[in-house]
Amino acid sequence: MLHSLLLAVTQLQPDLKAGLQSIGAGIAYGAAAIGPGIGIGLVVGNAIQAMARQPEMQGTIRTTMFLGIAFTEALALFGFVLFFLAKS
Amino acid sequence: MQPLFLLGAFKFPPIDELFRWKDVVFEDTPFAINKTAILMLVSAALIIIIFVGGSRRMKMVPTGTQNVLEMTYEFVDGGITRDVVGHDATRYTPFLGSLFLFILFLNFWEVIPFIQFPPTARFAVPFYLAVQTYFIYLIVGFKNHGMKYLTGHLFPAGVPKFLYVLVTPIEFVQLFLVRPFSLAVRLLANMMAGHILLTALALLTAYSLQNAPIVSIGPFLLNIGVTGFEILVGFLQAYIFTLLTAVYIGDSLHPEH
Repeated sequence: MLHSLLLAVTQLQPDLKAGLQSIGAGIAYGAAAIGPGIGIGLVVGNAIQAMARQPEMQGTIRTTMFLGIAFTEALALFGFVLFFLAKS
Repeated sequence: MQPLFLLGAFKFPPIDELFRWKDVVFEDTPFAINKTAILMLVSAALIIIIFVGGSRRMKMVPTGTQNVLEMTYEFVDGGITRDVVGHDATRYTPFLGSLFLFILFLNFWEVIPFIQFPPTARFAVPFYLAVQTYFIYLIVGFKNHGMKYLTGHLFPAGVPKFLYVLVTPIEFVQLFLVRPFSLAVRLLANMMAGHILLTALALLTAYSLQNAPIVSIGPFLLNIGVTGFEILVGFLQAYIFTLLTAVYIGDSLHPEH
């Protein structure tokens, strides 16, 4: 029912579709950035703590930190791609 | 406040104009060559020239170019292959090294004046590189462990039997879909975002220079800062792509840990 209502509204106002798409895309990317933002903060913060405690393990910790960042960041980047998909 | 209001009319061009390039030769054929392809060919040629030229008269005590080449090799061999794949895995260094250098050169076109376009911001390029990695780690895994490679991944040891209902599909999707896709999208999205950001700041500078010259200092200085940041991102993404490739190959060689 919601869909048919939306369809009727979009036919009445053609600009509305583009506007809603933009809003949806913005919300999608914004929401996708929350989790990875917290996650990367945790990863880097703990890596710094580990480096401060054991400076001799710095090389290994840095490599592992980049791996952790890469895996966490991927979610935000999926959101970024979704932003372009939702907009077009 | 007056100058800032004038900027309200600023319109960002459609996203296609930043990434679509006209074919230069062989238009409308599968072999059409555009800016992206030219940059890839030039990068490959540059890497070959630098490496062949630099290693022609090798000396015991390296100087100049040879020094840089040896540092690059040490970085890939010591920092990526030996650390991540394994101590006896030096035979993967040529592949990982060329992957790293190729992505690095492609990424750096983003900040080279008058070119300023990273070919890795087109999905075909990182996707091809990711597919290459995908087949290599699968082949290495099946060659070394046979079907145990697949069963070891899909039915990890130490998991209660009833949880396989949940774990196996997740592991399957992770191994065959998420890994190559996230590898490609990570590189693509980073370079794409950087390219859009640099373009937006440059256009804003040009636009505000015409309408409100005082305001243009802001985006101009920001553009310089972001350019420096993009050099870092370009290097980091090449490193991360190679590192993850090494992790996946290492996982195929020694699946237990």
